[in-house]
Amino acid sequence: MAAPWRSLRLVAPIGNRSTRGIHQLGGAVDPESSQKKRRTMLQYLSDHFYDVEFLRGYFLQNKMDKVHQKNRSFAHLEETHGPNNAGAFFILKQGGAVKFRDKEWIRPDKYGHFSQEFWNFSEVPVEAVDASDCAINYEGLENLHLLKELQSLSLQRCPHMDDWCLSRLYPLADSLQELSLAGCPRISERGLACLHHLQNLRRLDISNLPSVSNPGLTQILVEEMLPNCKVVGVNLAEGLKLGPEEQPQDTDRPIPA
Amino acid sequence: MLPRVLSLGVRRGPLTRRPGTLRGGFSLGKVVDDRWYCGSGVRPTSGCVPFRTRNRAPHWQDSGSAWGRGYKYWEEKLSEIKKKIQSVLPGTSLHPLYDSSHLPPDHSDVVIVGGGVLGLSVAYWLKKLEKQRGALRVLVVERDLTYSQASSALSLGGIHQQFSLPENIHLSLFSASFLRNINEHLAVVDAPPLDLQFNPLGYLWLASEKDAAAMENNVKVQRQEGAKVCLMSPDQLRNKFPWINTEGVALASYGMEDEGWFDPWCLLQGLRRKVQSMGVLFCQGEVTRFVSSSDRMLTKNQKEVKLKRIYEVHVKMDNSVEYQPVECALVINAAGAWSAQIAALAGIGKGPPDTLQGTKLPVEPRKRYVYVWHCPQGPGLESPLVADTSGTYFRREGLGSNYLGGRSPTEEEEPDPENLEVDHDFFQDKVWPHLAQRVPAFETLKVQNAWAGYYDYNTFDQNGVVGPHPLVVNMFFATGFSGHGLQQAPGVGRAVAEMILEGRFQTINLDSFLFSRFYLGEKIQEDNII
Repeated sequence: MAAPWRSLRLVAPIGNRSTRGIHQLGGAVDPESSQKKRRTMLQYLSDHFYDVEFLRGYFLQNKMDKVHQKNRSFAHLEETHGPNNAGAFFILKQGGAVKFRDKEWIRPDKYGHFSQEFWNFSEVPVEAVDASDCAINYEGLENLHLLKELQSLSLQRCPHMDDWCLSRLYPLADSLQELSLAGCPRISERGLACLHHLQNLRRLDISNLPSVSNPGLTQILVEEMLPNCKVVGVNLAEGLKLGPEEQPQDTDRPIPA
Repeated sequence: MLPRVLSLGVRRGPLTRRPGTLRGGFSLGKVVDDRWYCGSGVRPTSGCVPFRTRNRAPHWQDSGSAWGRGYKYWEEKLSEIKKKIQSVLPGTSLHPLYDSSHLPPDHSDVVIVGGGVLGLSVAYWLKKLEKQRGALRVLVVERDLTYSQASSALSLGGIHQQFSLPENIHLSLFSASFLRNINEHLAVVDAPPLDLQFNPLGYLWLASEKDAAAMENNVKVQRQEGAKVCLMSPDQLRNKFPWINTEGVALASYGMEDEGWFDPWCLLQGLRRKVQSMGVLFCQGEVTRFVSSSDRMLTKNQKEVKLKRIYEVHVKMDNSVEYQPVECALVINAAGAWSAQIAALAGIGKGPPDTLQGTKLPVEPRKRYVYVWHCPQGPGLESPLVADTSGTYFRREGLGSNYLGGRSPTEEEEPDPENLEVDHDFFQDKVWPHLAQRVPAFETLKVQNAWAGYYDYNTFDQNGVVGPHPLVVNMFFATGFSGHGLQQAPGVGRAVAEMILEGRFQTINLDSFLFSRFYLGEKIQEDNII
């Protein structure tokens, strides 16, 4: 790094805390808490009884199976209802929102019910998808490939989106103009490098990515990679402390030797 | 002949197999004794006491005095009592006199020689696919638990599906899906999830005029088998990657999904952690001997063939002459670059040439260099692993304009695999010119670091050896992958486990990777090896 940067110190990035969710009962803990001397009752029991350990493993497996079930393939709906409707159904089942061209946003309510009128649309392409907080993962993204004219995709705070998933976004390169990955806990700069396929992208949001090791540098490199795109999200001055040269000097003190 | 070391006052006893015979159990140290078992490891036929010259018994036993008879009597009695107690107590063996916790157990169903990624993968799948929990006792013997020379740890960690053989493509696809779901496969209760640091940027293979047709054919096969690979012309290449000089390039194939590179050390430790939680035993030691029994059988054409079965593995401890004989039912040779030595211990290759008995395992260690350099004007974040027409390859590492790369030397330039010293002149003369020619920005680069590692190079056809040996019936191979072992490890581990538990390959058919192809001369050549 060049001389002007040496006077600024960057704050260390926050750890990968959000993956605790899936592993909570199943038992994976983050490294910091495993250093603690006092373990929880559940961990103590797991260490001493095979049955408890097996039960925890069973719960973890159950959780993972639920995610797989949510991301099953919806390709069978393609021949009967058309690719757009099949893809929209997948997103709505996950809990996300869909916007067809010239129509309003279709959003499921808190019970998971949504309006079924979109089945009657024929050949109306899906323009925007808001899959924030959905449990969409690598297998589920295959269903997203059905939406050939998607222009805006929002994957904010998706807990299972990781670098492998980003390498699956390239089929949408022709139409995708807006992408938001804010707050996804598992995405790192290695996955962001795959976005170079999306040459039509005009707006990319990569704020609050805890697994990215160097947010400022990553943003600069991504901007270089996608010259036509506006990359949003990282405040380059965030977390920078003033170095000693810029500290307010005490005027009474004599000049140090 | 190995020198004999006798410990104080303990005699080896007649070397025929009787139930009460002490064999390395109750003694103050182990006797290293190879006089009778030279060469093929066939034990002498029962009933004859072998000729003993230097095995001088302690003086009080020569005469058959009361004390001598009594001592031998008590030895046998004690070993019988010990065996009775052992059969009652589960788990550890009883050694009241000294600590034997560093030794492997006395019995193990499967002994895996080699604790690298292939050996651990076989152990994982064996425990995963066993029919009943705890049905198999598996022991992994690793000579160097720091993995200082292991190919898995020193590897670049790349994974790609751009092979010409369908089996290789399937193995790679299986491994990619394993790595993608690694936190489901290798989940251990109360352990943090694994972060493989996978970089999904793919491989870019460049082909010159004469290789273009072959590359197109290969890409067709790859797409048929399910790999997501696309072909690019030089113009498209220049558009996408402006830092490439496309002179001499006729065609390029670019992997879009499931290809990239990851951290092999993380995979190794993750496998180790999971495999230990499943109950596989680890032992630090070196396999020095296989003791086997043999059967002479007649083939259909009335030709005599000798089938061997290994029943004991001698594991020697580090920096000591102490060894532990482990009784086993199966041995898996996953020793990587040193597999040929292990195979030779089992007697593979001892026979007249051009016979099945005389076919050696053609795996030898080959040294490969990896160089790390810094180039601030180099290719950007989106650069894949580029494999040039000349065999040079490089990839970007991290955010700071560092690059890793190297080149496979030709047969004449092969370095001496005795140690892992790096030859920097090789970079200057053989690697840098090609790099600079392909990527003009690399004309100004500065080498930061370099290391060397071994390929377990299969001199026959550079593809792995998987499956049982036809004559040594309980030795299975999982070695010889010549540089792409890491990316095929999960698939191969599963294949070997299926072969052992079901008797045939189920998920991926690796029949063409069996040992017998060396004798039959059927080469399965793989083109895309770097």
